[in-house]
Amino acid sequence: MSFLAENFDAVVIGAGHAGIEAGLSMARLGFKVCVFTINMDSVGNMPCNPSIGGTAKGHLVKEIDALGGQMGKSADATFLQSKMLNKGKGPAVHSLRVQSDRRAYQEYMKKVLEETENLYLKQAEITKIHIENGEVKGVYTHLDTYYSCKAVIIASGTYLKGKIIIGDKSYEGGPDGMFAANSLSQSLIDAGVSLRRFKTGTPARVNKRSIDFSKMQEEKGDDKIIPFSFENTDIGENKVSCYLTYTNKETHQIIKDNLHRSPLYAGLIEGVGPRYCPSIEDKVVRFSDKERHQIFIEPMGLSTNEMYIQGFSSSLPEDVQIKMMHTVKGLENAEIMRIAYAIEYDCVDPLELYPTLEFKKIKGLYGAGQFNGTSGYEEAAAQGLIAGINAALKLKGEEPLILDRSESYIGTLIDDLVTKGTNEPYRMMTSRSEYRLLLRQDNADLRLTPIGYKIGLISEDRYNAFLSKKERIEKEIKRLRKATLSPSEKVNSLLKSLGSVPLSTGIHVADLLKRPEITYDSIAEIDETRQETDFFICQQAEISIKYEGYIEKQLLQVEQFKKMEGKKLPSDIDYLNLRGLRIEAAQKLDKIRPANLGQASRISGVNPADISVLLIYLESLRQ
Amino acid sequence: MEFDTIAAISTPIGTGAVSAIRISGKDAVKIGDKIFFGKKKLSQCESHTAHYGEIKYNEKTIDMVLCLVMKGPNTYTGEDTVEIFCHGGIVVTKNVLETVLAAGARQALGGEFTKRAFLNGKMDLSQSESIIDIINAKSSLEKDIAINQAGGTLQKNIFALRQELIEISANMMAFIDFPDEDLINDTTETLCEKMKLCLEKVEKLLRSYQSGRIIRDGINTAIVGKPNVGKSSLMNIFAGCDKSIVTDIEGTTRDVVEERVDIDGIILNLWDTAGIRQSDDKVESIGVLKSKEKLSKAQLVIAVFDGSIPLSSEDEEIIRLLEGKKVIAVINKTDLEEKIDKNYIESLGIPTISISALSEKGIDELKGKIKEMFIDENLISSGEEIITNARHFEALTKCKNSLCQGISAFETGLTADMISIDLENAISSLGEIVGMTVSEEIVDTIFRKFCVGK
Repeated sequence: MSFLAENFDAVVIGAGHAGIEAGLSMARLGFKVCVFTINMDSVGNMPCNPSIGGTAKGHLVKEIDALGGQMGKSADATFLQSKMLNKGKGPAVHSLRVQSDRRAYQEYMKKVLEETENLYLKQAEITKIHIENGEVKGVYTHLDTYYSCKAVIIASGTYLKGKIIIGDKSYEGGPDGMFAANSLSQSLIDAGVSLRRFKTGTPARVNKRSIDFSKMQEEKGDDKIIPFSFENTDIGENKVSCYLTYTNKETHQIIKDNLHRSPLYAGLIEGVGPRYCPSIEDKVVRFSDKERHQIFIEPMGLSTNEMYIQGFSSSLPEDVQIKMMHTVKGLENAEIMRIAYAIEYDCVDPLELYPTLEFKKIKGLYGAGQFNGTSGYEEAAAQGLIAGINAALKLKGEEPLILDRSESYIGTLIDDLVTKGTNEPYRMMTSRSEYRLLLRQDNADLRLTPIGYKIGLISEDRYNAFLSKKERIEKEIKRLRKATLSPSEKVNSLLKSLGSVPLSTGIHVADLLKRPEITYDSIAEIDETRQETDFFICQQAEISIKYEGYIEKQLLQVEQFKKMEGKKLPSDIDYLNLRGLRIEAAQKLDKIRPANLGQASRISGVNPADISVLLIYLESLRQ
Repeated sequence: MEFDTIAAISTPIGTGAVSAIRISGKDAVKIGDKIFFGKKKLSQCESHTAHYGEIKYNEKTIDMVLCLVMKGPNTYTGEDTVEIFCHGGIVVTKNVLETVLAAGARQALGGEFTKRAFLNGKMDLSQSESIIDIINAKSSLEKDIAINQAGGTLQKNIFALRQELIEISANMMAFIDFPDEDLINDTTETLCEKMKLCLEKVEKLLRSYQSGRIIRDGINTAIVGKPNVGKSSLMNIFAGCDKSIVTDIEGTTRDVVEERVDIDGIILNLWDTAGIRQSDDKVESIGVLKSKEKLSKAQLVIAVFDGSIPLSSEDEEIIRLLEGKKVIAVINKTDLEEKIDKNYIESLGIPTISISALSEKGIDELKGKIKEMFIDENLISSGEEIITNARHFEALTKCKNSLCQGISAFETGLTADMISIDLENAISSLGEIVGMTVSEEIVDTIFRKFCVGK
């Protein structure tokens, strides 16, 4: 029999990377929130690679931290190896990535949840959401226990009707041997939410003792480690290495010979998989001229021998997987501990969501993470944070937080999702951000910490430290612009040694810094008035000056962009009867209900003439 | 509300005597100052005054115009507005518009002036519905244009070019987004070389647009003939005013008189030449020499003969000079008795048209003949082609600038992140023509071309 167990302000379904940020942000903002997990031992699990960050994803983690989220701090506390990617390609695309101790990360995160005031962590499967008059009222567990609440955030990952597929075998299940959540989907369908199937996969895990690392190339971390969290400065040293090996012709032959046994090629998989996470059989088929593919071996943690075999995702039958694994150099005797699998799951079309991540049709219901059609821990955490913040702001009766494309990757991610939708699990990439020179991982705090502070997720202490950092950056930029260098013997001999043209007249240090071959560090000995020593402050000053021209170019683009974003569209416009809109545009606008003209203009099928009609309509409202 | 500065031809495109180009927006006067050269700078002129002067592009005079300068809010759009009244005709008008666009204005979209007028409160609400109708009409026109263009060569070239740039960009972005992958990647050097190749193509397109087609730049037409057969009279009929001095004294026209005339939308760059004959007068001799030179450069020669007298040896000499040229023989003075051997001229393969410069009889026939010889009717029947070309020009110019910046960024040793922004700007400039977005296509190309991912 159903009974009311407790009243919460909000309920979060799922305690993965999205659910954690959603629950923590709401609790930290003072709301009584319950985070439900289907298994208490799977909190903050990394069911795929034991790694956080990477290109564009590293940016997301930095932004989460800048807003007052948790992921960066936990990643810093439990990292095994750290690497700044793309170092030679310019600061805008530097991306931080760490190998994580998977179990340590989970335990760390679980403890953070447990220690957080207002947050309740419970093991139960939520089977039904109670919705009345289009508004969320509460949730039921699999034991029919009822919890009332005003907001529900679904962060169900790959659990909804999860189905594991390996070769011609398939069964109901969540990731890492967990149960699937089989009931919630129906409750959502009953509430008018339309669901669809996506697919993803993960490679095998192998016992370290069975790997011959002498045949592989060692991949070390960076000497100088940059933390994710702006609150950290020194987080210790690298503890492990990764290893690189390659597939070969023999591997590819085994795959080709057994393609007919792949569920994907045999048509057994209905879900849409991501292009950036292709299975090894996919790579071999699509890029048949490539003679070898990279395989990275990544440790799963310090307390385990399990090694993650990156690049070897597959849904081929177990016997084929074993055979092909043993063709790879160093993996000849590899002992597989967990077999690679594909997983299919229910998720929602993100076009059904507002940029706040609240459902358009159901008040108080939010989605985050893989449930919204994304992929990746970082993408999930970013959405969890935004959904949590917006649910809290709504309960407070305050304006929602919608980050835009020009201020963050998080904003770009969510705008893409709710404006363009996605036909595959969406992954963040630097190429998706048109303002990437401004949205660097190094300045995430400058962009977002004031917002985090205003919301209430950044403490007074941290904010004051941030303000003083900002002031010091500005001071150093000013100094560099003012300080001059004369064409002295010392200056010119240094310039020559750096391969730079010697001076014939005096020059401002800032102008010298604009030469591509000159770095801030390289001119330390001739920059005599320099006092600043803080790495992060010097770095900001250097980038601001060095990239000034391009930064200005982007700022001009942002200015144009902001004009359009500033024109808000009322949520109740009757697009279908708005005179002048073309039918396709009217239908798209009606479905997506953009928040402003800028968003409207990014919808495919809405052209400049349609935007003109909307502009005129807006003006008629104003008069 | 402040918008960027837009410009467009605001009179119907075609053959009106005067065309107007409207510039509206915060930089309208500034842009006007860059291209208009009158007694005073427009910025120093009082609002709502008209000024006579030249429009210049790269120091070359495009046209003599009347320029109206009007400061907002008392203008049609409510913004600062400059209106340029130039000589009608497709080429001049388009050249003026291009000059304006090159000086920093953006080609206005269909209905955009009206839209601004409305948004700036210059129109009342009762007019809004009709505005929406206008915009709709324009947009369906735009759709038609797009369909027309799909088969066009320039359009195809732009598509192909854009595709090349997307490939380059995808290469660069794959290299950035998937740093661990052993992509069989182009080096940044080869990417830069590829950018340079694209730049060359863009420049070629720009050149072909700038200098190329007859319809744009006009047909270089020499009017030749022995003295006093009515060359200058013919010229004046074309020009519609007394530009050449017409007298009955042989050798009156001593220099080459040039005139751009518009006949039904086609431009003739008319060269009225000195009569070709042996002369002892030194000045006249130079004129004759110049005439011969012009004749050799002309794309069309209108050879004028006096129909009232038989062919003379001078006429024969002229006929010899015509060999290998596109020629129309104009038999003038049909008001008098015809004594010329027309059949002989026609037997040489030269079409003849009989006219009377005095009564202007036969002039329409002559115009028709010129059109027939040079113009594919399809090219000029549609006004869309012209608007679009101005947009192409603007987009290509922007594309060129971005590519130049990207290449120079590469050459000065700047990093991939910056070059990638220039590349994307170049692509989106070309995409403006067809309204395509950049980043999604690059992402798609990365996945199509490269084996990336875990």
